[in-house]
Amino acid sequence: MKEVTGIKEIIKPENLAYRKSNILTDEIMHYCPGCGHSTTHRILAELIEEEGLQQDAIGVSPVGCSVFLYNYIDIDWQEAAHGRAPAVATAIKRLLPDKFVFTYQGDGDLAAIGTAETIHACNRGENILIIFINNGIYGMTGGQMAPTTLPGMKSSTSPFGRDVRSMGNPIKMTDLVATLPGTYYVTRQSVHTPANVKKTKKALRKAIQYQKLNKGTCFVEVVSNCPSGWKMTPTKANAWMEENMFPFYPLGDMKTPVEVSDQQSKTGKND
Amino acid sequence: MAKIKGSIVVNIDRCKGCEVCMVSCPTGTIAMAKEVNSRGYNYAYPAFPDLCIGCASCAIVCPDGVITVYKTKI
Repeated sequence: MKEVTGIKEIIKPENLAYRKSNILTDEIMHYCPGCGHSTTHRILAELIEEEGLQQDAIGVSPVGCSVFLYNYIDIDWQEAAHGRAPAVATAIKRLLPDKFVFTYQGDGDLAAIGTAETIHACNRGENILIIFINNGIYGMTGGQMAPTTLPGMKSSTSPFGRDVRSMGNPIKMTDLVATLPGTYYVTRQSVHTPANVKKTKKALRKAIQYQKLNKGTCFVEVVSNCPSGWKMTPTKANAWMEENMFPFYPLGDMKTPVEVSDQQSKTGKND
Repeated sequence: MAKIKGSIVVNIDRCKGCEVCMVSCPTGTIAMAKEVNSRGYNYAYPAFPDLCIGCASCAIVCPDGVITVYKTKI
């Protein structure tokens, strides 16, 4: 391993402040530079390590950019057909109710071909965690328009911008599933700054803990960038995302468990 | 008052040169190297190692888990 280091005297095991989780494999991820998928994988691996779930976690990987996810996180995986991850996860969770089962899906997978599976899994209140990466585009196939593409946003199949009169309106999946009675915890986060990464990690940790209660589907959306699909540098893509994606997909919790919000109002603490 | 000093280790081959760490660093420790790694990316490196405070912002935001952070009080 080739390395470049700062002050050498400080580099001692007892001074370690942060290292990559061991559950994240040494394989170099195939994602483009700056992709939000990689950041989300990394925090997911950290959480699985911290919560001690390596033996109990079963992930369902989707079709899309994150199709090779099973190569990067060292837990049990099942690959699902395009969009069918919630259906596969339902089966796994019902057969192995003690395991922590989650799906990891992009917007083309979850919000286009898999809309029915997603909505019905959430409506049935399956005890799974759905992680939804929303970058407003079909990243893997070359930046085509997705159901989540913003109005007026350019993509390779909407070169003059999405015209909502002929191409329809973008779908806010997270708002949609928050209205269903089966969901227990629904939130929307992002991973482009250290503060947002911390918030997302906190939200995912909550979702993992709620999952242990078996009270319903947890749904965590991560608004992500797609530097290659948007044809920008990673830092510009992050700025563009802040400017354009966040007004349309505002960050924050959509639905929190009643008990938790009750406790918060009693103690006056806002998490 | 004790001063906190940090140091980072960058795994050159894993870095994709996205510059997100450089933007997130509060002290401007990190810069992008002129040289490229085995995959052709300009990798991040601690250009001003004395400025590092070990806050781990770079490592927390790094998509590829490239950076390891060490921190101590002097």
